[in-house]
Amino acid sequence: MHGFVEELVVNEDPEYQWIDRIRTPRASNEARQRLISQMSGALQRKLGLKVLEMGGNAVLGYLQCFDLEGETGLVVRAIGTACTLEKLSGALPNILGSPQREPKETANPEEVAVNSQSPGSSSPRKIQTFSFSPPKPSSRHSSSSDTELSLTPKTGVGSGSGSREANPAKTLSRQLTQTPFDQREYPFFTLTSFPPGFLVHVAGVVSARSVKLLDRIYNPAFVGIMGNSRSCKLLDWNSFNSDEPETRDAWWAEIRQEIRSHARALGCHAVIGYSEHTSICEEVCILSASGTAAILNSRLLADASRAPAGDVRSWPGGSERRETENGRSAPRDGTGPEDSLPQSCCICHVPYDELNLPFPMQLAQCASCHLNKVPDVLFTTIELPDSLAVIGKGCLIQARLCRQKKKAQGEVNAATISGLLPFMEYELHTQLMSKLKLRGMNALFGLRVHISAGEMMLVGVASATAVFVAALPPPGSVTVAAKTPEPTCEGHLVTLQRHIDEIVARNKQQYKIILPEQVEEAAEPPPEPRRLRVSRSQSESSEEMPDLDLAHGRKDAFVIEIDDADAEEDVHMLLLDTPTPPGFLICNTETVPGVKRLTSNLQMFTAVRMYSLNSSLTAHALNRAFNSLCDNLLKSLFFKLRSMTPCCLCHVNFSVSLPEDEQVQVTVTSLVAACEKDSNKDEAIGRPKTEQLRGYSDSEDPLQFPLELTSEAAPALSPSHSSGSMEGIPGLPSRGAQGTETDSPHLELRQRHRSAPNSSLSLPPPIVELTPLSFVAGHHVNKYLGIINVFFIRETASLREEGGVSGFLHTFLIEVFSMVRAHVLALGGNAVVSYRLKECVFMENLNKNQAQCLVNVSGDAVQVVCESDSEVDLQGASSDLQAFPIMLLWEDSPRVLLSLCHHQHPTDRKHLSCARGCAYICQE
Amino acid sequence: MFLKYRSGTSKAFLNGLRTLFWISTRFVNPDMNLEMDVFVGNTTLIDEEVYQLWLDGYSVDNAVAKREQTGVTGCFVDLLLSDTMDQYRVFYRLERLLQSPDKLSNQLLFQIPPSMQSVLFERYYNFDEAFVRELLGKKLSKGTKKDLDDISIKAGVSLRSCRRQFDNFKRVFKVVEEMKGSLVENVQQHFLLSEKLARDYSAIVFFANNRFETGKKKLLYLTFDDFAFCAEQLIRSWTLGAAGSVADDMDVDLDREFLQELKDLKVLISDKDLLDQHKSLVCLGVRGKMSTHCDIEGNFKGLSRGLVNIATKLMHSKDVRDFFIDLVEKFIEPCKSDHWSSEDVQLFLLQYTGSAHALGTFRHQVLWERYMVTIKSCILKMYHD
Repeated sequence: MHGFVEELVVNEDPEYQWIDRIRTPRASNEARQRLISQMSGALQRKLGLKVLEMGGNAVLGYLQCFDLEGETGLVVRAIGTACTLEKLSGALPNILGSPQREPKETANPEEVAVNSQSPGSSSPRKIQTFSFSPPKPSSRHSSSSDTELSLTPKTGVGSGSGSREANPAKTLSRQLTQTPFDQREYPFFTLTSFPPGFLVHVAGVVSARSVKLLDRIYNPAFVGIMGNSRSCKLLDWNSFNSDEPETRDAWWAEIRQEIRSHARALGCHAVIGYSEHTSICEEVCILSASGTAAILNSRLLADASRAPAGDVRSWPGGSERRETENGRSAPRDGTGPEDSLPQSCCICHVPYDELNLPFPMQLAQCASCHLNKVPDVLFTTIELPDSLAVIGKGCLIQARLCRQKKKAQGEVNAATISGLLPFMEYELHTQLMSKLKLRGMNALFGLRVHISAGEMMLVGVASATAVFVAALPPPGSVTVAAKTPEPTCEGHLVTLQRHIDEIVARNKQQYKIILPEQVEEAAEPPPEPRRLRVSRSQSESSEEMPDLDLAHGRKDAFVIEIDDADAEEDVHMLLLDTPTPPGFLICNTETVPGVKRLTSNLQMFTAVRMYSLNSSLTAHALNRAFNSLCDNLLKSLFFKLRSMTPCCLCHVNFSVSLPEDEQVQVTVTSLVAACEKDSNKDEAIGRPKTEQLRGYSDSEDPLQFPLELTSEAAPALSPSHSSGSMEGIPGLPSRGAQGTETDSPHLELRQRHRSAPNSSLSLPPPIVELTPLSFVAGHHVNKYLGIINVFFIRETASLREEGGVSGFLHTFLIEVFSMVRAHVLALGGNAVVSYRLKECVFMENLNKNQAQCLVNVSGDAVQVVCESDSEVDLQGASSDLQAFPIMLLWEDSPRVLLSLCHHQHPTDRKHLSCARGCAYICQE
Repeated sequence: MFLKYRSGTSKAFLNGLRTLFWISTRFVNPDMNLEMDVFVGNTTLIDEEVYQLWLDGYSVDNAVAKREQTGVTGCFVDLLLSDTMDQYRVFYRLERLLQSPDKLSNQLLFQIPPSMQSVLFERYYNFDEAFVRELLGKKLSKGTKKDLDDISIKAGVSLRSCRRQFDNFKRVFKVVEEMKGSLVENVQQHFLLSEKLARDYSAIVFFANNRFETGKKKLLYLTFDDFAFCAEQLIRSWTLGAAGSVADDMDVDLDREFLQELKDLKVLISDKDLLDQHKSLVCLGVRGKMSTHCDIEGNFKGLSRGLVNIATKLMHSKDVRDFFIDLVEKFIEPCKSDHWSSEDVQLFLLQYTGSAHALGTFRHQVLWERYMVTIKSCILKMYHD
């Protein structure tokens, strides 16, 4: 893993060229679409070159963003993590593209040998090698933040990459990096989940925001073009007017520096789950970046390539419970027999020593090892590490905030916004904290704070998945207190308190948080309550490290103090959160914490709502209106999906934008997946066949055991036991239709026939699954076919006839989905993972009967096979190559691959080059 | 939620909706105004309840009201409205595809699970018996379409639904009219319908093509099922396809040659000897088996004349149209007035058909069999109150 790469391209937006005045909207939009795809292609190529320079061949966790700045231009940014993906050995070049399904079919003796080397670890089909660059001794003490590292075991083990679905039999080897990791400019990872042992400590969220004025960048533009070789002009027709990327590069550099220094301040040397985001309103632009400060395993980061062979570790694909396997097998690896992987609770331990806290906070004894100190709450932007023990189930919590702002221009506007930002962030954090306590949980994962600016208001939405981490101390009770006890509101408070208690109790029950030590905890003398003020007059600056600035004083009881009517409203708002209806689980991480496994995908959806808020509202009413509109959206989702219960809404992604003065647009994308009943009994009774399967593979090859733990998802088997949730499964056709190898066109044809027996006239298109997750529930990713990143702009001049704005957007989204599906089919895949709807910009002019919409979607095209079919696949996989001769064409193109996944996909480097990604988009 | 009815907000938007979804009012919150609400899934899933409401011609508002009354409890009107709107938008876009089912299963725009697809077709092509009963045998022309509002009132089916059903009939008719091969199979293949529905459609097509009169007062007691059954019988044995002619294998038209030949049966009533012989054979056959009150002796001549006359007249297409009327007038009514039970009728017809074979001088045995088997099953089906 080579580290953080970024690139940025700027060009003029065709929408704002003089020619736009005379050409048709369609022509303008086509020009725009073309330009954007060219830009993103160029960006990918540039990024690819960087990666090649670094010696890598793939980009994981690739995030590409478009900033439509308006008149000042169009910016395409990308960040990612450069990695080297390698086949385990070159011995089997002809199946480069085909991950091995089973070891039996692998003709590669080396690979088999490797398997036998690591008997404790699971999947024989998934093998990866990690060889890290040797640590430079000097780096050890080069910065203060590294002192903690000496506590970590000296000899680490390369412990594989953390891809949940990691299936290809490729080795991931990290080649020598030029610089030690923690000395690098930006020690960032855009990935959100990591191999066990890779994360040593997680400190908390770091974030930085900056407000910039876009009109300023006109000035340096001219100079930049003359003298700089890094100028990224694509279509130079009007170069003097357009801007240079340098300015923006500098902006982002500033922010990244800030993030890094925050991480340092937390005693961490790396930032994981890093992401960047912008919000543009007129000429004011808010740039924000956030990530999780963490300490990574130095061995893994910079391990010697001394013993590459010994480092070979096989990897349990898709195993959710793999950490135990890895823990066991670790000592067997040649490099470090005395080494043990960090305990699972280690992640929570604070990375600094108790006396030297970077800020005032309360530490407690780790509940699982009783040795180290842990913070009382933990906020992170990453996925829940598999190794971390949690109690109960997780759930989505959201803090929403809407602040009024005066209409202003330029600098004044920017100043107003930057003045408001800290307060907003503080407020959001307070809300998150209170809601977390109300749920009786103590950690947040996948935190995404999304602040967008509009003409009249600022809107912030923070979503995260709350969980109860076993290692962290249980949260205290929530109490309400009035600042000045008045007899009149005494009764009111009591009812409020009762209400809160009820909610806490209900939540605990709903999310099954049962603590073994809860009884003794309660018996302890009531600790000194900590007061948290919820009031308007709060003037604490808390631009970043939001999780820490509140942490002063004892925390065992969480007091919400009400000192004025406003604050009381806020409390009410907290309580008014719609409870998640039974049968639903909702989270914004990949899987719901505490739910073992998703069995099948039911539906992926995008919901867009636009409200126009009444402009005459008071600040409070506005806030409440915003809160309730988000709530309503969730409610309507629950209602629409009621027929699918029990199910999980995974990876719920809220994005809010303010297209017009009083308009708020909320876009939600999520995946509905069926989840397994959590009782083991159920499983044992309901799936005798699976048990057999497992038993069978156990006896045949003990290595398979951990894999089978998850591959029993077998959707084809479950209709017998899952209560009707398989009814009309839109997911991948199980078994017959597509589950089996679809590589050969003939086979596919036949399967299509089979899947539609009653329409002999035509072959229906096969079903394509889209999912925002990095895997398809119940299926293996057989093959990565490359990135899909498409941009669509659609306009209409007959809005009314098309059913109004909703009708227009509805049709458009349907078309976008179908185009994405068609792309995947054309690539020979049958699913898209890491699907993102990045941008959905909607503009309308009702009087002119016109509307326009711009959508950017991206994802990784993959080919998946049903897990239950893996036995059937044996032949199919080997015939892979013949079925896809076209893949060979791409072999000599630059071996850089962009993978959008946040997970470490061991991606197939052969399948897609940047160039192809670009060419591909241009076809659109 | 403080929900109120308010109309006239955001006029263009409303107008847009009105044209599509016949919306008259909207629910709004005073604090905020929902301007756009879209829910799109990768897989198009249909709420069957809403689909049925749409098919029944409910406007969004009415559908919401209906759902509120009957369906899911504990949910707000705005949720219902938003859900209904989403579904209606999908239906609106699906409708074109539903009209040519082979396209629906082969398009990329909507990803619909196959099971859902068949539900869609099945429901879309389903019809109200009351409506089809009114329309049966009418020419599926523009003129008839204009009368649909009367029919819709008579049948108690909403006009929108009537139009859909009428268009369905017409579409199916147009497609299969000139087609060779089995009518039922053709319908099934082209419209991906279940066998039952395909049979019904064949009946409708057959009736429309031959324009059988079904609306006379005397025929009103007959249900669509009766007619559908008769149509099946007629198709099975009286059409060109049934005759086994390879060249022109059509199920829609009656076999002209056969109808021409039927006039040869006249001998059964014109020849006095033959008539008497036939009568005595039948009387002998049913003696003691039929209800005592049945007056076979007295009725035989009338009944036999009726049946044979129907046969001889069938060569004129006007009389083909009156086929069912004639059956009722000439046979069913006399029997009913004599209080025959359906067992009596069955026994009589069995004997009546069978004994003709014993008539030495009667030479049109095959023709007689082909005619009588169909007539017998039709009469038996139609012989009820």
